[in-house]
Amino acid sequence: MSEYTGIRGAVWFRALTGKASPMPGDPKSVLTADAPVGNDHARFLCVVRDPHARFPCARHGEVGLQEAATLATRVREVIEHNKNTIKRPIIAIVDVKSQAYGRREETAGIFLAAAAAADAYGSARLAGHPVIALVVGHALSGAFLTHGYQANRILAFDDDGVMIHAMHKEAAARVTRRSVDELEKLAKEIAPMSYDIRDYAKLGLLHKLLHVENPEKPSLQEIRNVQNELVAAIADARSGAVDLRNRLESTAARETRKASLLVRSKLEAQWLEK
Amino acid sequence: MSSKRYSADFINRQSFIELDARERAKALFDEGTSRELVGPFDRVESPWLPTQGVTPQEDDGCVVMKGKIAGQAAVVVALEGAFQGGSIGEVSGAKMTAALDLACAHNEKGVRTSAVILLETGGVRLQEANLGLAAIAELMASILALRKRAPVICLTAGTVGCFGGMSLAAGLASYVVMTREARLGMNGPEVIEQENGIEEFDSSDRALIWAIHGGEQRYALGLADALVDDDAPQVVDAIRHFTSKGVPAVHRSSQVELYRSRLATLDTSQQWDPRAFRELWAKNGIREGKR
Repeated sequence: MSEYTGIRGAVWFRALTGKASPMPGDPKSVLTADAPVGNDHARFLCVVRDPHARFPCARHGEVGLQEAATLATRVREVIEHNKNTIKRPIIAIVDVKSQAYGRREETAGIFLAAAAAADAYGSARLAGHPVIALVVGHALSGAFLTHGYQANRILAFDDDGVMIHAMHKEAAARVTRRSVDELEKLAKEIAPMSYDIRDYAKLGLLHKLLHVENPEKPSLQEIRNVQNELVAAIADARSGAVDLRNRLESTAARETRKASLLVRSKLEAQWLEK
Repeated sequence: MSSKRYSADFINRQSFIELDARERAKALFDEGTSRELVGPFDRVESPWLPTQGVTPQEDDGCVVMKGKIAGQAAVVVALEGAFQGGSIGEVSGAKMTAALDLACAHNEKGVRTSAVILLETGGVRLQEANLGLAAIAELMASILALRKRAPVICLTAGTVGCFGGMSLAAGLASYVVMTREARLGMNGPEVIEQENGIEEFDSSDRALIWAIHGGEQRYALGLADALVDDDAPQVVDAIRHFTSKGVPAVHRSSQVELYRSRLATLDTSQQWDPRAFRELWAKNGIREGKR
């Protein structure tokens, strides 16, 4: 169930925007469209699989050089056009396999392309745009840092096809010299290691878990519910700070991220000492 | 240049790489101005490592110091590559982010305070997986907020390099300083070989690794702002130069169109020779180390 299928992103992009194609000049792997959400006209972005992508290591739903650079451009457009008007919401629909692991990517500095996308999302948030990440499938590692993790609010579906993690199971098992079964068992006991989205929710980083019976085939009512949740998350983001403090102030974070909060209070106290 | 003179220079050199994180951080400050915050005696350790049979460290491999650099307020955060590969856990990540946030608040009060981050890290600490990844996202957010007000300088000296999610933090920095020994990239050679095979990347080919990820190449491509020798006074000079220089007019990670136009011209049907790649990249208007 937790296998990456690469179809959820496109399904939800179409469900929420009515569109299914990239903007002119963009690679096929990045879908961008403007569509109404409540009273807002939001920009939606999604990375999808393109089996014929220019870069061979980015043909299975990975976020590669072109994907990251395109996201950066399309998010920056909104910041530029909205300088003196109402800040439009930016919604990242997230279902990404991983970052692209390739020699070409490293040679051309994929770290900078990824940073550019994160820069765009983060700068939009700091400029007052409500940035919402809607995790409908996988949100792995560097791909999530590039596309979604700078959002003011993160929403995720609560089914087994959703996974937010630092490393996919097979690689994590290899690196820690465990079998996948052992890793899963251990991960169940240690919340930050778990591959289960319900455990991820215990970390306090999520705004809300949403339920959709079959995220690959949502009903009209389910799509309407998700739209309403987006409207609520946008309103909540607008009423809060432009930084990410909500990820530390949530009820769950106060429990699970005690060490982070201790570090912050101690550092602040010692900073002021002479 | 005679070989005799070369060896004298080499002998007189004070290695920066051989210093540990605490010594590296201290070396960057004006004499007698630095003090460590939340140091080893505070014993804020990782709460996640002991349950997995890993001995934690009293500073979680992250040293925070506050003081003055070239007469101006600064905070330095140094990762210890010798502890768990400099990996980012909940505590080390929170230390970095909190230090940058405090520097940001200081700037808002009118005291210009820059930040220097010494990144020797493979990225997320797998034993703390999602809290490590979240910490990196929050660190990136804090870099973005601080760098509007004061420069954030990334120094990668060696020998661990800066990889994984933390390479994105380097990408957001106002300035990047590297040695020839240092490496900077998103995915290390082993990971690429595992994911896409030895034809994609032979992780035993050390010459290839440094030709792609090494400081000299990153500087030649304009992905780093200064290339320094493994010499403490040279490193200190470079850091003083960039803290004094202030915030760049445009940050590298915001120059999206330039980057996109470079990508558009590349022939992706083959692998590129890293040397020849410098020419390809340069054709689209880069000047070494300048923006």
